[in-house]
Amino acid sequence: MDEQKKHRVLIGKPGLDGHDRGAKFIARALRDAGFEVVYTGIRRTPEEIAAAAVQEDVSAVGLSSLSGAHLRLFPAVVEALRNAGAGDIPVLGGGVIPDEDVKLLRDAGISELFTPGTPVEQIIAAFRKACEAQEAGRR
Amino acid sequence: MTSEEIIKGLRDRDPRRIARAISLVEENDPLADEILSSLDDSLIDAAMVLGITGPPGAGKSTLTDRIIANYRLQDKRVGVIAIDPSSPVSGGAILGDRIRMMGHALDNDVVVRSMAARGRLGGLCAAAGAAVRILAGSGCSVIIIETVGVGQSEMDIIRLADITALVLAPGLGDDIQAMKAGLLEVADLLIVNKADCAGTDTLAMDMESIVRGGTGMDMNRAKVFKTVASEGKGIEELLAAIESVDSSHRKTGERRLRRDRAYDLEVLDWALEMIRPSLIEKIRKGVHDRKGAPRLQAAKLLEQR
Ligand SMILES: Nc1nc2c(ncn2[C@@H]2O[C@H](COP(=O)(O)OP(=O)(O)OP(=O)(O)O)[C@@H](O)[C@H]2O)c(=O)[nH]1
Ligand SMILES: [Mg+2]
Repeated sequence: MDEQKKHRVLIGKPGLDGHDRGAKFIARALRDAGFEVVYTGIRRTPEEIAAAAVQEDVSAVGLSSLSGAHLRLFPAVVEALRNAGAGDIPVLGGGVIPDEDVKLLRDAGISELFTPGTPVEQIIAAFRKACEAQEAGRR
Repeated sequence: MTSEEIIKGLRDRDPRRIARAISLVEENDPLADEILSSLDDSLIDAAMVLGITGPPGAGKSTLTDRIIANYRLQDKRVGVIAIDPSSPVSGGAILGDRIRMMGHALDNDVVVRSMAARGRLGGLCAAAGAAVRILAGSGCSVIIIETVGVGQSEMDIIRLADITALVLAPGLGDDIQAMKAGLLEVADLLIVNKADCAGTDTLAMDMESIVRGGTGMDMNRAKVFKTVASEGKGIEELLAAIESVDSSHRKTGERRLRRDRAYDLEVLDWALEMIRPSLIEKIRKGVHDRKGAPRLQAAKLLEQR
């Protein structure tokens, strides 16, 4: 009979490549873990993703990139969120991301990074933690 | 964020604050009362609420995207509440209607909000009704509610709308047969979308004959509109029909009647939302002895309030 609060997250794919298998996989895994997942589809600009995240009042944004453009695109979403007055919404990223890029991305404000080897449970736990932290800071 | 900040944000059309207001109301937060009573009733009265329903994949979101574009040409500020079903197992949901409307993402005068249908036990009418009010209160003069036309809660949602369009598409199979009966009755406008696909004429004729068979026919409903949402075809004709239904409903008093009905539905839904937590709490605490019929226990629980 529990009615626990639902976490809302946005899963998006910035950039031009059209592979959304990773993004869809994570979206479904999060849904199955009880999250409400706003999915914005492929080929979105960082600004569009940020605007959607604001309108949907999500607690976290997850990005997927398989194109190698993550070094540019992930920080661009962080920046776009800041510009939209939503710099408190954490951004998590996943994809084929070389080790040397992980540090660069963390420094650019991406709070968590997942590579193809990351277990899905760990990804879900990271989203839950990110959402809880964001929601705690709202008031 | 304080309620003052949010209320000011609604007036200033601040996207973040509008979004927060909808969430707070959806979560039944204590601030909800203040937020909802701050809204300008005349804006709510003036807004047009359009319901778009139909089976999964019929093209509701694509059509909504085109309708938004048309209203934007008229410089109207548009709100969208896109409702998707929740997973009955996990309670989670994938809210994907927005994908088709991303072309408006950077337009500040298009406010899209996705909502999960069964993320809660009931309360969908309360939440969606409140979202309509918040959108209207922050300046949206057209508000579109998209919902999949299956199930009772979705049917209830449609009753929040001033005007309802039913969207079907050829090739969707038995789904349509199953849902036709109930939905055809509540719809003001019938649309066959994907009119570029085979089977359009058959489906349109089929719908026309069902509707003509009915009694008390409204002429607007005797016609089936054909659209190709993905190419923006047939949208202007559809909008003209919406306009004409709206003005006829205003003249006949039908609009007022529907608003009153929607209001009552929202009151009922809120009332249920408000007693639910205390009932759940009592049941969890085991105040009852689990003897006799559950129905009698329920009556006792209610008496204790
Ligand atoms: N051929 C054709 N395809 C269309 C048309 N309109 C929409 N589609 C396609 O149909 C698919 C479903 O469209 P949506 O707009 O997402 O349909 P929906 O009714 O909102 O779907 P749900 O929200 O999942 O129930 C998409 O791939 C659209 O591109 C059309 O007029 N013709
Ligand atoms: Mg849709």
